[in-house]
Amino acid sequence: MHPLLSGEPGVSKLLLGNEAIVRGALEAGVALATTYPGTPASEIGDRFYQISRETDLYFEYSTNEKVALEVAAGAAASGLRVMCSMKHVGVNVAADTLMTLAYSGVKGGLVLVSADDPSLFSSQNEQDNRYYAKLSGLPMVEPASAQEAKDLTRYAFALSERLALPVILRTTTRINHSRGVVSLSELTPRQSQGHFVKNPFRYVMVPAVARQAHAILLQQQAKASDEAETCPFNELIGDGPWGIVANGVSVSYVRDAISDLGLKDQVTLLKLGFTHPLPADLIGKFFARVKKILVVEELEPYLEEGLRALAASLDRQIPIMGKGPGLFSRLYEYHPRLVRQVIADYFGVPYSPPQPLEPAKLLGRPLPERPPNLCPGCAHRATYYAVKIALRDLGVEGIFPTDIGCYTLGLLPPLSVADYLLCMGSSINTAAGISRATGQKVIAFIGDSTFFHSGIPGLVNAVHNRHDFLLIILDNGTTAMTGHQPHPGVKPAPPGYGGLSLDIKNVVQALGVEQVQVVNPMQYRLTLAAVKNALDQTGVRVIIARSPCVLYMQRLSGKKRAKTFIVGPECRDCRHCLDYFGCPALHPPLDGNGPLIIDETLCASCGFCLQLCEKRAIRAKSKE
Amino acid sequence: MPNDIKLRIFCTGVGGQGTLLATRLLGEAAMAAGFMAQVSETHGMAQRGGVVESTLVLGALSSPIISLGEADILIGFEVLETFRSLNRCHANTLVVTNIGVNVPYTVATGQTTYPPVAEMLNILQDSVGRLIGLNANDLALQAGSALAVNMVLLGALLSTGRLPFEPEILVKVVQTHTPSKHLTTNLQAFNLGREAAMTLTAAPIHK
Repeated sequence: MHPLLSGEPGVSKLLLGNEAIVRGALEAGVALATTYPGTPASEIGDRFYQISRETDLYFEYSTNEKVALEVAAGAAASGLRVMCSMKHVGVNVAADTLMTLAYSGVKGGLVLVSADDPSLFSSQNEQDNRYYAKLSGLPMVEPASAQEAKDLTRYAFALSERLALPVILRTTTRINHSRGVVSLSELTPRQSQGHFVKNPFRYVMVPAVARQAHAILLQQQAKASDEAETCPFNELIGDGPWGIVANGVSVSYVRDAISDLGLKDQVTLLKLGFTHPLPADLIGKFFARVKKILVVEELEPYLEEGLRALAASLDRQIPIMGKGPGLFSRLYEYHPRLVRQVIADYFGVPYSPPQPLEPAKLLGRPLPERPPNLCPGCAHRATYYAVKIALRDLGVEGIFPTDIGCYTLGLLPPLSVADYLLCMGSSINTAAGISRATGQKVIAFIGDSTFFHSGIPGLVNAVHNRHDFLLIILDNGTTAMTGHQPHPGVKPAPPGYGGLSLDIKNVVQALGVEQVQVVNPMQYRLTLAAVKNALDQTGVRVIIARSPCVLYMQRLSGKKRAKTFIVGPECRDCRHCLDYFGCPALHPPLDGNGPLIIDETLCASCGFCLQLCEKRAIRAKSKE
Repeated sequence: MPNDIKLRIFCTGVGGQGTLLATRLLGEAAMAAGFMAQVSETHGMAQRGGVVESTLVLGALSSPIISLGEADILIGFEVLETFRSLNRCHANTLVVTNIGVNVPYTVATGQTTYPPVAEMLNILQDSVGRLIGLNANDLALQAGSALAVNMVLLGALLSTGRLPFEPEILVKVVQTHTPSKHLTTNLQAFNLGREAAMTLTAAPIHK
């Protein structure tokens, strides 16, 4: 039985925030879940996928976030409890749906998880999605710990049904990816058979209906405000004259700071778990209790603005500070020492932290960086190598719009094959713009999952408007970056996976692209020839570089290919393999010159380096 | 009252070395011993050969992460990464580190050079409370799998007596969380790490 399906009420487990969210949804009787994988939300979908295989819970990896939210909306309108999870930028993709779903509302509870990423651990921006709650008018809750991730999820489902509105569960990476001790509650049996009751004057958002629906949304917001006042996750803790307000993971930093600085008797902490709409009466009580206020919230001054507006409307002259010089930044995630320091400074408490040791200073020089890299044996590196050699041989410069996925790691030297990136699906359209504006040779890269997610409309546009660029679809058969989730072109499908697999070549041809080639990038000479051929042509050309992700194949088969290779004395340290290819398993000896070394623990036995070594110094180790 | 204790353990390594699992097992053991425990993990980009940091915070603390200068124990899975995380340490920090090297591609491609291991270990030795260095790569291979580096380091940590719970609790957690086909190797690696660290009385480095 899946670990999230077991456990009596009161039993504690060490759960990842994302697992706690899934457990909370199961405790609420969730019957359907959708997602498009994205860090830091991915494990929510992955756990639902596992659970769906042993229960009647329906789960799908949807093609993109808009699709995911619309599937969820349809099911919620039919009375099921549903969860839709995505990373923060995924909400941008789903935003068109979300804004109007707020008007039509839901019948069964719908919880939308928005996993934000302060510090951009794996994202292209650090937007603060709490503003989506304001923008859409929907209620929002924010857990402060793994325990609350479970409990607030359960609460959010009930709230969603009481208000007939979707509820946004907003997290940050530090909540999603921290494990904490979670005390379990009872699982509620799923209601997995819905029934759609026709009601076009609620669910068909033509202008006449929407005018009414907007008014209803505003009425529901007033009810949501009442809910916020009584929500047990909004709390006043302590009764000191110094006010601190915090949400999400910042609550834990504040709690530790109060304890470390010995301020228990001085502080009143307003801990907010229901953050849209804000609980005005509770905040009014807080104002009455304190003399000055510090707001501790990562990213934008969302609470700070809200509190200032409330103070102004109540005509209260009370200092409310959060962001600013000497206070908190709008950039990046916080940490215990930072919060301790700002609290001490703001309230005038003596505190001098010890100076951390500085390794680079002690060593007398900078430490080598260790940025993430394409894995040893990754077929994307082989594709990039062929492109670089083709351009070198033809003597032309290529401009490389790229997209979101593992292959974005081609940005760094020695590959340096990324020149422009915005968001999912942007490579194809920015390629069109750059080539139209410049006439330069443009080679765009997009992954298979990203192609299905939002690449297809761009390719239609490129064909229709007669753009001129080469698009290389890096098809490794899976959504590799986020942990090998299946996508509409998954190949090979994981055992027992029920989704139908679409062939990208058929899709590309059906979109009207006439110049399509499929290559296996691990076959270097054929790939090089295909790239050179495509670079010679004009119009929209597509190369599908198809070779499965090595990690995915290892995971499916449970074993690593074991062939070993050796660098012979013919190696003249010409550095071609390092300067153009840069496999992490190859490196020069640390203590001077000599033939390169293959790190056998890293080598994936792909054998590609045999094809690129002009001295033929790399060969398979003979069996002894 | 075990929860009066505050202990902050910082783990660092390179993607694929099993840092996350080791941290999680420590967290499970702490929870089994009756402590509040929080484990924070790096997912996503960092797993592609980049730095992976994870933390275990145990006892009377709410924050899941550890600021600079505030780790009580540093477990390093790769010696350069241990050295990089010296900024997490204070003067009494216990450092348990693999002295094995994993060459970053910035070094492989000649953009920079890898600092001599002995030099990094000397600085660590002079800066922190106690240093335990052992070649966990070799010991893991000796146990039967290059992937058992995390078990070697957990074993070494256990032998220091710095964990506020009985060693058997961690041993039991390792047993229950290891798939049966890897169990012998993992326990062997665990014991090799434990023994190697116990022999370190005069010198801090086991070679």
